Amino acid sequence: MNIKEPRPYWNPYIVGVGIGLLIIFSFLVTGRGLGAIGAFNGLMASLVHVFAPDYALSKTTYSTYLAGVDHPLKDWVVIEIAGVCIGGLFSGIASRRFKFEVIKGPGISRMTRLIFAFSGGLFMAYAAKFTRGCTSGLALSGGSVLSPGAWLFMISVFIGGYSIAWLMKKVWN
Amino acid sequence: MAPLQFNYPIPGGLLLLFALLTGMAFGMFLEKAGFGNARKLVQQFYFTDMAMFKVLFSAIVTAMLGIYWLSYFGVLDITQIYINSTYIWPQILGGVIFGFGFVLAGLCPGTSCVAVFTGKLDGLAVFAGMFTGLVLFAETELLLQGVLNFSSIGDISLYELFHMEYGVLTFLIACIAIVAFWFAGRVEDRFNKLSSGSS
Repeated sequence: MNIKEPRPYWNPYIVGVGIGLLIIFSFLVTGRGLGAIGAFNGLMASLVHVFAPDYALSKTTYSTYLAGVDHPLKDWVVIEIAGVCIGGLFSGIASRRFKFEVIKGPGISRMTRLIFAFSGGLFMAYAAKFTRGCTSGLALSGGSVLSPGAWLFMISVFIGGYSIAWLMKKVWN
Repeated sequence: MAPLQFNYPIPGGLLLLFALLTGMAFGMFLEKAGFGNARKLVQQFYFTDMAMFKVLFSAIVTAMLGIYWLSYFGVLDITQIYINSTYIWPQILGGVIFGFGFVLAGLCPGTSCVAVFTGKLDGLAVFAGMFTGLVLFAETELLLQGVLNFSSIGDISLYELFHMEYGVLTFLIACIAIVAFWFAGRVEDRFNKLSSGSS
């Protein structure tokens, strides 16, 4: 076997139970679960605040993350996502999967892939403002505490995903 | 009694350290599952690799059962935990659009962090897209006020909504999950045979 081969992926059920235990710990300590998009909201709010403080405070999108807090980046979900980045980096190196590359299907150019990735990010961040959370903060954490909205969101993500997937078949496979 | 944060004087710095460690473990799990790779994650939507479904639902079922039993035995006070508020239509329509974004990007906000920090440049494009999406939202927020809070039913839970016993509902969901896991395995086998047969 080639020594440079990436290590195999973990069994998804082991990963799932691991993340589930993590959510339980998080609820035991802080009374809330995990999150992700909130960190981007906080980061964006503090960035805008640095360059245009008055403007940032005039928009609810940003001011929610600025008003009445010590510092927008000294926030639970921001630090948690910083941890996700560090944990991902360490794990990627240990699993020999760290590599500068563009992940894409064989049929499309790098540029096309980056444009799709950009649009996907745009749609998700915009939509997450309506849903009040993403796959981590709403589906995973909210699903665990049986929030009706979390389950509606999850089902809708699958419906949306499957309904566009056939159009995107050539892009991925 | 848990949540510890509300019942004991825990210094803020310690909570942030806990946030960092929790996040590191989360990031490690996501990476080990292969979710830093958009092409692997998105196979969920072509039925060839249902890892996303398996991880998501086994995590939810584990956490759901753990939280239920911890509250049943009086370790965790369920009235003190955060239950995501439900906004029926924003979450349905937002969810569908989020699903479009998920398949376009191949990553979600959390997994895009793992992608970026394992060197995947498409993850950076997802980051840029998310920041642009937030700017667009900020510019349009005034037009959306009515839409955003439409059909809000507050922070009730499914068992309150359905007037069910909490424990009965967790048991039912766990049973459904077991059938769904079995079914996911069957679907994967079938679609992998189909795709290897046609190529």
